[in-house]
Amino acid sequence: MQDLLYFSQQLINGLTIGSTYALIAIGYTMVYGIIGMINFAHGEIYMIGAYTALIAITGLATLGIAWLPLVLIVALICAMIVSSSMGWAVERVAYRPVRGRHRLIPLISAIGMSIFLQNYVHLAQGSRNVGFPALIDGSFRFGSSEGFQLSLSYMQITIFITTLVCMTALSLFISRSRIGRACRAVSQDLGMANLLGIDTNRIISATFVIGAALAAVAGLLLGMYYGSVDPLFGFIAGLKAFTAAVLGGIGSIPGAMLGGLILGVAESMTSGYLSGEYKDVVAFGLLILILLFKPTGLLGKPEVEKI
Amino acid sequence: MLEVQNLSMRFGGLLAVDQVSLDVQEHEIVSVIGPNGAGKTTVFNCLSGFYKPTGGTIVFKGQEVQGKPDYKISRLGMVRTFQHVRLFNQMSVVENLLVAQHRHLNTNLLSGLIKTPNYREREQKSLDRAAYWLDRVGLLDLANRDAGNLAYGQQRRLEIARCMVTEPKLLMLDEPAAGLNPAETKDLNQLIVSLKEDYHVSVLLIEHDMSLVMDISDRITVINQGRPLAKGTPGEIRQNDDVIKAYLGEA
Repeated sequence: MQDLLYFSQQLINGLTIGSTYALIAIGYTMVYGIIGMINFAHGEIYMIGAYTALIAITGLATLGIAWLPLVLIVALICAMIVSSSMGWAVERVAYRPVRGRHRLIPLISAIGMSIFLQNYVHLAQGSRNVGFPALIDGSFRFGSSEGFQLSLSYMQITIFITTLVCMTALSLFISRSRIGRACRAVSQDLGMANLLGIDTNRIISATFVIGAALAAVAGLLLGMYYGSVDPLFGFIAGLKAFTAAVLGGIGSIPGAMLGGLILGVAESMTSGYLSGEYKDVVAFGLLILILLFKPTGLLGKPEVEKI
Repeated sequence: MLEVQNLSMRFGGLLAVDQVSLDVQEHEIVSVIGPNGAGKTTVFNCLSGFYKPTGGTIVFKGQEVQGKPDYKISRLGMVRTFQHVRLFNQMSVVENLLVAQHRHLNTNLLSGLIKTPNYREREQKSLDRAAYWLDRVGLLDLANRDAGNLAYGQQRRLEIARCMVTEPKLLMLDEPAAGLNPAETKDLNQLIVSLKEDYHVSVLLIEHDMSLVMDISDRITVINQGRPLAKGTPGEIRQNDDVIKAYLGEA
């Protein structure tokens, strides 16, 4: 019974972290699906989302507004707007001018963008950890008081629900809406979509914006979950989400969701049963194994040579 | 409506198209024929904006279009198909037609989110138009199938339907009968003639199937090794000694 509770605890922790990885991973996978490139500034966009949310929360607190749902919604909206604009700007500055050039060129300009954003936040917000208020407190507890207690915090529930809502909305948007339809067409054959009169530049911008908005959601959630942010907040999370996207099959949206969850669970199981030190080893070891034995990822399609 | 004067396309040392002129009038089917490697597809690529021609002028509906990007040219009402089928394979048949009308459905994100009456009406219109063309090319039963799972002949017809929902003035078909069986070719023949007769679309056709070309063309331009060889009605071309030589080789 104790063992089962302990296992469930690791599972819950893993799914919590994993679902936020999935939110960030979608940004990588969507951009890759459309222009075939990795947006290396995506981790920074997520970090900026977290900072914006924090600034919004602090601002509201100074104004004396403390009603929780309002605070959360305002913080979320601010974070999404700022991050989306950043996503849009990254595409305009680092990708569009060099589109059609050698693949390494946009890669390098995106890394430059990432360094710029990171250092900008260093300058503007300071390089120390900033505390993030735990707005959602408390937890459900299960199990006897003397043995191991399983705890499911309200914060974790919030993360599950928010992620679920975002994923559902995204799936509906991609499968039903007119822009979603155009996104799928552009990702399958950009040249043909262009020829049929779709404004492919707008669609490419839209994917950066959507990915950035989801990363902002993850920024707010993880900021509250961890209780602090710093300018390097996006680096590891970005790498992990990238790993999740590759694990699930880069370019595939369900793949990014699955990859995120698997990665999160693998990490927390490692922390729970081995040692916290090994969790990154396992995460990136998983990446290497996938690249060796199934380079297209779990749900990815084999690359078809385009003629 | 289309007037091509002295079109040339040079790739380094290779002059792939040399001084080709042709024209297409309203409600006319014009074919471009020639042996393999004659430069027919290169001409198409220049016309549709895939290549920037190195010489000559292309005037479409009174506007010079040579060197313009492909999407601008297609918006003027000049749309093309390719030698190999290029559908959105992982999208359903009807979605292939809806996405082609994306531009006509010019609404913003907000009206799509709240589904304004105007938005619904436009969606409905594009759906109706898609259904009409699916019915017209005999694919209505397969509307929700993935385009990639259609038989080859069906994919060919879907491509033409996808061009037609964009309401083009000039349809450019690059070997539409390639890989079709005789019965399918006959259907295609009727379809192309009907596009001209019933929908007032001009057609510029590249084709190797001589029975199709001779049946439906109003005029034919023959190209050989990048150079114009002959022009005329199907009857004239059939009698032309140069054309016979180019196809059969010198005796």
